[in-house]
Amino acid sequence: MRLSEVKRILKAQVATGEDRLDMEIMAGAGGDLMSDILRGPKEGVLLLSGLNNIQSVRTAVIAGASALILVRDKIPDDDMKDQARENGLPLLTTPFTMFTACGRLFSAGLRGVEKKRPE
Amino acid sequence: MAILTKSYPIKARDYLKAGEISMGVHGLLKKIGFATELIRRVSICAYEAEMNVVMHGGDGVMTIEIGEDYVNITIKDSGPGIEDVSLAMKEGFSTASEEARQMGFGAGMGLPNIKKNSDSLDVISAKGKGTEVRIGFVA
Repeated sequence: MRLSEVKRILKAQVATGEDRLDMEIMAGAGGDLMSDILRGPKEGVLLLSGLNNIQSVRTAVIAGASALILVRDKIPDDDMKDQARENGLPLLTTPFTMFTACGRLFSAGLRGVEKKRPE
Repeated sequence: MAILTKSYPIKARDYLKAGEISMGVHGLLKKIGFATELIRRVSICAYEAEMNVVMHGGDGVMTIEIGEDYVNITIKDSGPGIEDVSLAMKEGFSTASEEARQMGFGAGMGLPNIKKNSDSLDVISAKGKGTEVRIGFVA
């Protein structure tokens, strides 16, 4: 699923990375606990988080995530936007809650990071 | 033999600056041209260890030693030390403050995450004596 499609499904606003919306998203992950997100590789993964501070951006970059979406209309501050921009991380915001945002993406076919395990 | 050794001071309780050093390490390894997977593993461990000092330690120092086929990170702090290291290694065990939790950390996953993402881990600590964490990676 392309990031532009994610943007449409989540009625999202783009804070940084408008030029990178054609990137392909392979899977999704959501969490407010940064150590949960840091457990394993997140290449090609879209992160959804309710944690609206600089640490969610740093976590996304360090875990190698493709993009970060803040749920519940949380507006990132300038430091977050600068750090995201410096590291080529698209940063978006959605009005939906974590549950609804994940549900909408899942319904549209996006799967979690545990997709390699048998169902 | 090390190609490059760098040390960075870590300030305790500075939750906004926390992670800056690890972002610097991430950028440095990328510039040197290590494989993406190694960069990710080293950066995750550096970040978790940096957060541990910010949350629990007194001020500390992170030293990164880069060789042709290895990366070592050593983090020393002057904090209260860890009374029971094996308990601290347990997933979910945490003594973090509410402030740390509000920043998205302190869920008791830091040291287990470091163990999972590194090739070797030694935690040397005792109550009142500070903590030294040595993390090794094979490139």
